[in-house]
Amino acid sequence: MSYIEFHRIEKRYGSFHAVSDFALSLDKGELVALLGPSGCGKTTTLRMLAGFVPVSGGRITLGGKDITELPAHRRNIGMVFQGYALFPHMTVAKNVAFGLEMRRLNREEIELRVKEALSRVRLEAFADRLPKQLSGGQQQRVALARAMAINPDVLLLDEPLSALDARLRHEVRAEIRQLQRELGLTTLIVTHDQDEALSMADRLVVMNKGRIEQVGSPAQLYEEPSNRFVAEFMGKTNFLEGRREGPADFRTTHGSLLKSSGDGPAAASCLSFRPERARMVPVDASDEPNLNTLEARVQLFTYLGSVVECRLESSTGQPLLVTRANTSGVQRAGLTEGARVKVRWSPEDSRLLA
Amino acid sequence: MKLPRLGTWAYYGIVGATLAFVVAPLLAVIWVSVFVNKIIGFPPTGYTLKWYANAWALVDFREGFLLSLQLALLATAIGLAIGVPAALALARARFRGKAFISTLLLSPMMVPGVVAGSGVYLYFIQIELLSGVQLAATLPGLIAAHVVIVIPWVVRLVTTALLSVSENVEEAAQNLGATPLQTFWRVTLPIARPGLVAGALFSFIVSFTDLEKSLFLVGPGRTTLPIAIINYLEWNLDPTIAAVATVQIFIIGLALVISDRYVKLSRAF
Repeated sequence: MSYIEFHRIEKRYGSFHAVSDFALSLDKGELVALLGPSGCGKTTTLRMLAGFVPVSGGRITLGGKDITELPAHRRNIGMVFQGYALFPHMTVAKNVAFGLEMRRLNREEIELRVKEALSRVRLEAFADRLPKQLSGGQQQRVALARAMAINPDVLLLDEPLSALDARLRHEVRAEIRQLQRELGLTTLIVTHDQDEALSMADRLVVMNKGRIEQVGSPAQLYEEPSNRFVAEFMGKTNFLEGRREGPADFRTTHGSLLKSSGDGPAAASCLSFRPERARMVPVDASDEPNLNTLEARVQLFTYLGSVVECRLESSTGQPLLVTRANTSGVQRAGLTEGARVKVRWSPEDSRLLA
Repeated sequence: MKLPRLGTWAYYGIVGATLAFVVAPLLAVIWVSVFVNKIIGFPPTGYTLKWYANAWALVDFREGFLLSLQLALLATAIGLAIGVPAALALARARFRGKAFISTLLLSPMMVPGVVAGSGVYLYFIQIELLSGVQLAATLPGLIAAHVVIVIPWVVRLVTTALLSVSENVEEAAQNLGATPLQTFWRVTLPIARPGLVAGALFSFIVSFTDLEKSLFLVGPGRTTLPIAIINYLEWNLDPTIAAVATVQIFIIGLALVISDRYVKLSRAF
């Protein structure tokens, strides 16, 4: 029996369907990320679980109990808001104590648990400061401490890292993940950042236009996207338009015959492969009939630090993207703009999509 | 280097002139209030505090002062009790006719006091003719009229303050287990406090100094301070008036200083 269950949840605003037919279960201790572009319904879903948005249809259960009609303040759910929503007129300690006071704990216990929560996020020294006297990262940790101090049944994170700069984001990401594991907190996180979702979540839910596109582990979603939307949303990818011509054969609209793993729908209209799975070899390299090969010309070479990225155009006019680890040979590999190469990748890395 | 310096001097000059323009009349009133001469003339032949004693000795001033004080406090209290819930609805709820209600609540500010005063007077007379209940020239009637003067200030300032409280913060409180009522008392109200204090303060001041609207509604033996001043001025011109005005200035100044100690009023606007 799963811990949280969304039974075909629905949210309508007039004739607009913000969320439709949303069914998902979470196990205890699991960290699940809702991922999708803005307006896809992920935040609405989170807010329905928190109790801020009434559902239009379906039920939500938590630990076997139906909480669909329970008002927000009676659900034991901790939430970290986008922008943190700290109480500006209360000190850090008071912010963290708020939920405990609402639970009418005695003063010694509150003091103890506030201390514990603040030490967990390494902010004991800041207990008497006001939120506005803290940096963004510190405020974020106060919000986290405040949400966790109440020993919530579920932790909700709404775009928790969006206000932090890139370096801090990596740090806090790891920190949240570690705390969540330590405490075994069932966690639902909403994000539009696929890196964030991939690196933190046990499972991902990709949403689009109010519906679930695919649910799976980070690797599943990246390696085996079930449709173009997921493939495109989960990082860069190449799409070659065309049609299926046999179990594994695929003919592109540009006329090239390619091989795929053979999975995918019969009516597949495109073959996709990830840019880091392809290799660029000299144009006079010997043929390898087991691999897919397209001749191409380098159009743009972009240096990205740990990887280099090549935009190419095949001899048939197909745009391609290939990345390579920035190893010591790369600089001398002759990948200058205008160079002619062969782009080569394995049929196993080719996925047919509708 | 020369031009910016000239600019700086011009800047200070204009600021100083503006300040002087605002403050000079107040200082003049305070100065005149201690002249010894009954006929006001410059320079005075000496200084005295007897006009303050004289003002207090005059029953119209003493009772006018007490009535105005009482009126301002009651009107402010009632204005808050009505205006804060109204502001809450305007800031938070969505309903039809919201813009209309908002304008309606602010309209007493836009109607000239004399017009509104005569309107209220006629309205009171109508009520009296229909029901036999006298409102004009009574304390309840005066309070009702002052509540109307006060409400736009409360609604305006409190609505602005409430709009500055992010709904996320209120949701955070509920998420942590606070009922909607606890959320209001522990989170919304404290954050909106500067606006609340400013609303109360301005209510007190506009009620305490109101002349036009009260003119129609006061009765024999029930005169507010501004009206007592006008009445006195009709037959007398001696420093007693200046003494009364000085007391009024100090009361308002004190209210400003005290509230500024508790909340930074600049945050309310």
